[in-house]
Amino acid sequence: MNEYNFAFLDEQSKRMIRRAILKAVAIPGYQVPFGSREMPLSYGWGTGGVQVTASVIGPADVFKVIDQGADDTTNAVSIRQFFARTTGVRTTERTDEATLIQTRHRIPETPLSADQILVLQVPIPEPLRWLEPRETETRLMHALEEYGAMWVRLYEDITRSGHVETAYDYPVVVNGRYLMRPSPIPKFDNPKLDRSPALLLFGAGREKRIYAVPPHTPVRSLDFEDHPFTVETWAQPCALCGATGVFLDEIVVDDKGGRMFVCSDTDFCGRRREASAGGPAR
Amino acid sequence: MSVADADRPLLGVRGLTHDYGGRVGCLDIGFDLWPGEVLGVVGESGSGKTTLLGCLSGRLVPAAGIVEFLTREGPVVDVLRLSETERRRLARTDWGMVHQNPRDGLRMNVTAGANVGERLMAVGARHYGQIRAAALEWLGHVEIATDRVDDLPDTFSGGMQQRLQIARNLVTRPQLVLMDEPTGGLDVSVQARLLDLLRSLVAELGLSAIVVTHDLAVTRLLTHRLLVLRRGEVVESGLTDQVLDDPQHAYTQLLVSSVLHP
Repeated sequence: MNEYNFAFLDEQSKRMIRRAILKAVAIPGYQVPFGSREMPLSYGWGTGGVQVTASVIGPADVFKVIDQGADDTTNAVSIRQFFARTTGVRTTERTDEATLIQTRHRIPETPLSADQILVLQVPIPEPLRWLEPRETETRLMHALEEYGAMWVRLYEDITRSGHVETAYDYPVVVNGRYLMRPSPIPKFDNPKLDRSPALLLFGAGREKRIYAVPPHTPVRSLDFEDHPFTVETWAQPCALCGATGVFLDEIVVDDKGGRMFVCSDTDFCGRRREASAGGPAR
Repeated sequence: MSVADADRPLLGVRGLTHDYGGRVGCLDIGFDLWPGEVLGVVGESGSGKTTLLGCLSGRLVPAAGIVEFLTREGPVVDVLRLSETERRRLARTDWGMVHQNPRDGLRMNVTAGANVGERLMAVGARHYGQIRAAALEWLGHVEIATDRVDDLPDTFSGGMQQRLQIARNLVTRPQLVLMDEPTGGLDVSVQARLLDLLRSLVAELGLSAIVVTHDLAVTRLLTHRLLVLRRGEVVESGLTDQVLDDPQHAYTQLLVSSVLHP
């Protein structure tokens, strides 16, 4: 492990990224540009998250990586191994043990605490991107808080299908000011952003942006007064652990149309099954 | 029309000058626009009509001049010296802008209802039902069948698109509407219908408007007063009928005598 600097990035790059993070924390929801580095990882696999993690990780941290709720997918395993090798920190799959969690597409079901940092990987940070292609114009729209176009989109969704069609990366307003993309988490996780006790950091490597939601910051999902924001619900509990009120994945189990719904958060599901010995076996 | 009892102009323009790197766009233009008044700006292509409108709306930054606007809240503001935030707020509440090509003024990829509701949402309306009700009401005002509210503007005829653009502007009940060739590119019967509609809306809502056009017939029907522009300068101004029936300046005489009569 000694061929690399601690956490792979050189100290100057880490300082630069920390400065961007500090600014992002100071202006909740504001996208801070930063000099994104080449990482030994393809764009789209979490280069932004990896750089943020590399800049904030310390020797005493306990590190966890989530990919779509799971700890055992290729992406999660690779990133966990990468930091285990380049920092020597202890890694875990348990949400409550971790002090630093890098995640893609989910926020853990286990509530986060004030001594934890969650790093989210962001593909496209600009919430106005599909409405306005010019970066100069979207920056101006943020500066002037001109978010009418986003409401037009919600209006269109309701007009066409009776409800807002966006199911993931559902736009939020942070601290009553900046419109923000919460990264491609399901809208089910949006309420967990609101006044989270943990620091939430967002890194977009290709787009070279960092933004943050500081602890206890109000985060509001966009909605209309007569069409309030709602999250997904499922008719049945998790087939493995019996949990309700959690985000479930649909898994096809045979080629005869059989399917089951199980927790997307593998750590949460596994520990529930451990705790209740009488629960259904895998 | 309450022109007589208004005690101060809605819009006061003084010494407005804009140039395109040595070429004159408009030169030392001044006029007053009173509440409820419709001012026509005529002149041939390249005479500075659109430049003047651009300077008024803040799209262009003129080299010199003052544009004073009497806001609804009371104070008179110099539009050219407002911050970008204030100018944009003014532009989507108290002002309207009707473009010649409706594609410039509409969002073509969202429904008619969303087009009309956009300004309301931009100024803070957050009740879907109310926004939709306002959209339906304004579609009615501009004589678009309310069952077209969920259709894309692409499926509308040219005249309907132009009327939709007008509805989209009027939904916040602006005091001043700037129109750049509102009837350009429409056939004559559709033009007539649009002019009729504009005339009744202006009268009903007590709107003030500046209508830029090269079509003298439009000014005759729609406007109370006329500015004749040539090479960026006002060569003649006065009551519309007076200017058109008894033109004084040689250029105005040329313009009036150039109109074809079938």
